[in-house]
Amino acid sequence: MLNEYLQVLKFEWMLIAIIFILLFIKVGSKEWKNETLLYSINFLLLANLIAGFFYNLPGSLFNGMFHSNDLIFLQKNILNLGVYLISLIAYPWLKEHKHLLEFYILLLSTLLGMFFMISSGNLLIFYLGLELSTIPLAALANFDLEKRKSSEAAMKMIISSAFSSALMLFGISLLYGVTGSLFFNEIALLIHGGPMEIFIFILILGGFSFKMSVVPFHLWTADVYEGAPVAVTAYLSVISKSAILFIFMTVMFTVFRNLEPQWYFMIFLLSVLTILIGNLFAIRQDNMKRFLAFSSIAQVGFILIGLSGVSKLGMASVIYFLLIYLFSNIAAFGVISIVSASTGKENVSDFKGFYKTNPFLSWVLAIALFSLAGVPPTAGFFGKFFLIMAGAERGNYVWIIFAALNMIISFYYYLRVVKAMFMDENENPIQKIMVPALPKLAMMICLIGIISTGFLSWIYETIYNLCNF
Amino acid sequence: MNLTLFLLFPLFTAVAILIAQNSKQIRTIALGGSLLQLGMAVKLLLAYYKERAAGNTSQMLFEYIQNWFTPLGLQYHIGVDGISIAMILLTSFIVVAGILVSWNMETLSKEFFFLLLLLSLGAYGFFISLDIFTMFFFLEVAVIPKFLLIGIWGSGKKEYSAMKLALMLMGGSALIMVGIFGIYFNSHTSTGAHTFDLLLLSKMNIPIEIQKLFFPFAFLGFGIFTAIFPFHTWVPDGHASAPTAASMFLAGISMKLGGYGCLRVATFLMPDAAHAYSWVIILLATIAIIYGAFATMMQTDLKYINAYSSVSHCGFVLLGIGMLTQTSITGAVMQMVSHGLMTALFFAAIGMIYSRTHTRMVAQLGGLLKIMPFISTVFVIAGLSSLGLPGFSGFVSEMTIFMGSWQNPDKMYRLATILACASIVVTAVYILRAAGKTIMGPITNQSYEKLSDASWNEKFAAVVLISGILIVGIAPFWLINLIQPGTEIIINKLGAVISH
Repeated sequence: MLNEYLQVLKFEWMLIAIIFILLFIKVGSKEWKNETLLYSINFLLLANLIAGFFYNLPGSLFNGMFHSNDLIFLQKNILNLGVYLISLIAYPWLKEHKHLLEFYILLLSTLLGMFFMISSGNLLIFYLGLELSTIPLAALANFDLEKRKSSEAAMKMIISSAFSSALMLFGISLLYGVTGSLFFNEIALLIHGGPMEIFIFILILGGFSFKMSVVPFHLWTADVYEGAPVAVTAYLSVISKSAILFIFMTVMFTVFRNLEPQWYFMIFLLSVLTILIGNLFAIRQDNMKRFLAFSSIAQVGFILIGLSGVSKLGMASVIYFLLIYLFSNIAAFGVISIVSASTGKENVSDFKGFYKTNPFLSWVLAIALFSLAGVPPTAGFFGKFFLIMAGAERGNYVWIIFAALNMIISFYYYLRVVKAMFMDENENPIQKIMVPALPKLAMMICLIGIISTGFLSWIYETIYNLCNF
Repeated sequence: MNLTLFLLFPLFTAVAILIAQNSKQIRTIALGGSLLQLGMAVKLLLAYYKERAAGNTSQMLFEYIQNWFTPLGLQYHIGVDGISIAMILLTSFIVVAGILVSWNMETLSKEFFFLLLLLSLGAYGFFISLDIFTMFFFLEVAVIPKFLLIGIWGSGKKEYSAMKLALMLMGGSALIMVGIFGIYFNSHTSTGAHTFDLLLLSKMNIPIEIQKLFFPFAFLGFGIFTAIFPFHTWVPDGHASAPTAASMFLAGISMKLGGYGCLRVATFLMPDAAHAYSWVIILLATIAIIYGAFATMMQTDLKYINAYSSVSHCGFVLLGIGMLTQTSITGAVMQMVSHGLMTALFFAAIGMIYSRTHTRMVAQLGGLLKIMPFISTVFVIAGLSSLGLPGFSGFVSEMTIFMGSWQNPDKMYRLATILACASIVVTAVYILRAAGKTIMGPITNQSYEKLSDASWNEKFAAVVLISGILIVGIAPFWLINLIQPGTEIIINKLGAVISH
């Protein structure tokens, strides 16, 4: 029994242990040097990541409120990997930061919340996890303590997440009133598509849409992404979004399975809007963070296409895409983070002539952007192809053609950055930047991930076989 | 014969270039790698003859299948027939010539040769693939190198051209993607699974209304790569801004990817729709031929002249495919080979002239024959081949297309054939005018007199391409015999449609 509690909850125990270690260091009297701390924390995170692959026991606890299976372990591993990489790229920024320990404590708390959320089999624990994962994030968004924009971002974030949580909570309470249960699998059997249930569904979908920044619930995204420190932006756009999408899939495919005929059309509409608005706004952005914010909005639209497949293919493709998206986005944010930490420049126009001074960083950013655009031989090509393929299975070709045409628009704005780096002339480009060892490691991992995830088809096959649809 | 070597050689060469220390090493490695590729291609041709002589009559030779993304039914499936071998030979010729022409590339030479080899990798991969997914993959692999090659090493409004080219080709890819999804989801193997396998798909009969829905996507998508009217606008800008080697690769290899795809994917897999839409193809092709020819007349820049004439010449490829007779399709494939070689030669000659005189304007050039006889001769040979002088490859291929087109008895098709034939006259006008003005006549600029003739690498490049043109032009039958078994299968599938 005890063994079960240990092993099923292993990911959570690991995080709790790290959080406590950090707390003890914080409370303890010994003064640590930032660099030593960073190296040890990264080591702990690496250990956490590696430990995630061993001694996993599928099972369910607390009467089924919390459950784990191999797919969920995989999802948690993906999140762990992402957090490790983000921690590596945050090195130059955190090296100078006074409140580095708090940063990690908050970060890992949100991750803990996400783990509970992904594993939840009950709406209560789901909501608990969701809140644990969002409230510390608002504090994290404010971590550039001197910048006003950062506080503004945090304020916007907390208000919009409170609003979306309220929506969702309203939906959950109504759902409890209608079905008399909070367990996913019980509710699934009791929903048949009545008007009240559709209303509930819309409320919950609205809540999710806020968190995933689906248009028209996306308005907070760009401002928060711009204001928050780069590492937090990366965390928001990769980890937080992936976690929400993982649980969103579970909710859509289990709880609201019977409403599928109704929600297919809603998802279609939301996806078309998201892709279009995300793309059109991304064209106009000059700030790199805002630009990536809008491009990541558009990416969510593509993910919704895969999700609409409601099939094993769709589910596997979404997870596979998120893995690739993690590598690509973190690589891109890594470069921006380093440039921003050493020069403070964050605009696309600042990147003009970047290749002449920083060839390595330019290639990393270019390959990451190619992957985001879905150009072979990067893995993004495979990810996007399979997503759209999953959607095409339903035969809704209007959607597919729309997505294909939008890929051209997205291609334009990604190439715009590549053009700035490689082709445009600049009198005084960004100086040569020394890349510290840890971010360099993160970038190498991301590059290997971007190139190899596509060719190694067993990664996709593993995910596919784990998806118990 | 292991076809995967065609991917591994360019890949290893490219990696070796990344490791190389100085520009001399880089270009030596690049040249060595490309010569190896040429050797491989010739060896492939000989191996093909040997197999056929031994009585192997299977549709594709040297096949190899490896499952890839098993749940989705993707495969790494490679194999070649005569058509692919012709294309591979063409590619290997142009790669050698392209690398030789850019021998003196000093700015960022590592990246330059790396991208050239990546482009050739994409082309080889495309031609050996027998799985539409991998075909699509390799087709797109070749897009980014083009964008960077034009944008970084180009001239003129290079950023604009690079962006235009990349976006239009990406648009083509997007259309192709829709087309191949349509094919994939509307065909079932005996087990009910879907497949991207070209050979399996060709044995299934896709319902005619599905074909009619998706044929335009696939054909137009590939058509953009081969400059189908009205999506040809990337060609003039892209070619004109590109550095010489990239122009050669673009016109010689990249545009052929589209023609090959139109034939192999769109027409072969959806024959009913090909019949239904053939009048549209003919119409667009005829417009491209005539419009391209007249637009060329108006150009004053040598590269634009060649680029617009490429639009016109690639119109012949589409015309040949659209006519749907065996002779015309064989002619279309020959035209791809021939156009690839002669445009590459033309661009090489223009590049040589430009690197010396620093202008490509016809009006500013003149009397070059007296100063650089070798380059001028190359220029004239390319021009004459382009206007279809007997003895050069252009004549053979265009003649075959016209003969094949005339076999199609429909009145409108005959009219299209006549119009296309007439465009040759226009071609002769602009070619002779450009050649006459730049090569003959008095020397317009005294400073040109000090200029040197071709260096050894340029001579080598020109000889490689000219020998290709002459081999095809003087002894075309080996090429026809090589291509014919491949086109026969396509025609049989098309013919089966007419009869039912």
